Amino acid sequence: MLSKRIIPCLDVRDGKLTKGIKFKGNIDIGDPVEAAREYYEQGADEIVFYDITASSDARNIILDVVRRVAETIFIPFSVGGGIRSVEDMRAVILAGAEKISINSEAVKNPDLIDEGAKAFGNQCVVLGMDVKKVAIRPEIPSGYEIVIHGGRIFTGRDALQWAKEGEVRGAGEICLNSIDADGTQEGYEVDLTRMISSQVRIPVIASGGAGNPEHLLDVLTEGLADAALIASIVHYRTHTIQDLKSYLNGNGVKVRTQW
Amino acid sequence: MIGIVDYKAGNLTSVARALHYLGVPCEVTDDPEMLDACDRIIFPGVGAAGEAMINLRNKGMDRRLREWVASGKPTLGICLGTQVIFDRSEENDAACLGIVPGSVRRFPENMKDQEGRFLKIPHMGWNQVAFSRPHPVFTGLPAEAEFYFVHSYYPNPTDSGYALAWTDYGLRFCAVIARRNLVAVQFHPEKSGIPGLQILANFCRWGGQDAQ
Repeated sequence: MLSKRIIPCLDVRDGKLTKGIKFKGNIDIGDPVEAAREYYEQGADEIVFYDITASSDARNIILDVVRRVAETIFIPFSVGGGIRSVEDMRAVILAGAEKISINSEAVKNPDLIDEGAKAFGNQCVVLGMDVKKVAIRPEIPSGYEIVIHGGRIFTGRDALQWAKEGEVRGAGEICLNSIDADGTQEGYEVDLTRMISSQVRIPVIASGGAGNPEHLLDVLTEGLADAALIASIVHYRTHTIQDLKSYLNGNGVKVRTQW
Repeated sequence: MIGIVDYKAGNLTSVARALHYLGVPCEVTDDPEMLDACDRIIFPGVGAAGEAMINLRNKGMDRRLREWVASGKPTLGICLGTQVIFDRSEENDAACLGIVPGSVRRFPENMKDQEGRFLKIPHMGWNQVAFSRPHPVFTGLPAEAEFYFVHSYYPNPTDSGYALAWTDYGLRFCAVIARRNLVAVQFHPEKSGIPGLQILANFCRWGGQDAQ
């Protein structure tokens, strides 16, 4: 039986971690490679890097991070942020990432999903969706709208329709981030996750809102998520990945407990 | 020297990186002649079977691989590399290498879990592997070890005697094939943490004799 995946997400800017991650001892708190190693050793099933480097001049820095991560950890990892073309994807994959996450770029240029899937296989392409709850209206029948640029721009696209379109275009997976829940630590948006996950046939990673182990349990059971993205809950050392997994395991959720 | 066979099927650097980490010299090559200098090969890959076979035939690698496996030297297939050793694949209805009798089948669309919900395809993530007998390449693994899978098609050997291990995902499929000097895994040992690295390290020491 397939295990539910627990996936820490690391935000990287100019090659450094941006959220304060409180690692013990003398580990450089700003190094994403060391953070990845720590989570790998704690039993992370996969790792997501989100590159929020603003200037295009600094884009190569993330490739160096990807290379060093690929030499250090031997689980899948994905990279998102600022990937605009198949060539950008190729550079990140050759540096050692398994998967590429595209978000705003896919909304602006949906063919990027098809092109990425054709060039590297569906399993390489993760469709990242930033979603906000809105009033139901004819073009947003699900009541959830796709937003881009960190939630600042509403796109007029319906979240459910976009998820289905992404699947048809060849995305191998969806990373579903609730902008309303993101950073609150008050729980995932379970209804949204359940709606999307039950209506596509590709895996859905729930993102945004994890603050305690019960939140993960809710989204992986009621929310029908295939995986849960976590950030603050482990970065601030409120919990380790082991803690979260033993809680889930004790509550009947199949997770990987040996590594 | 370990040869990693390159046939334009995805990114092979992750296997090379894992071997580098283990301190094992290796070379990624698409040249059939280069395999002469190798004492064992790894045949990895992700992508579609049809295109993979076209690339193998264009380089003459299909014939060289059959000779190689027949020569008795240790061979490890991974993911798509495992699938193309069979006679046929339902993916692109491709004729494959025919090294192991059997076919590669697509997971049925209507598979459901115990709660009656449709199972996602691809089978993506960590799953357990149940071994039917011991094998030198798969020693030293924790009993509950899980491995990272990502695939929409699964191996279906004609002779279940070649099925060394099984995995459950909607149905029970053969996750590891072992026949003489050939072992082939559907999962990705290079992405399966310490148990995966253990398999690669075991393979690098293996003489090519099946214990059976």
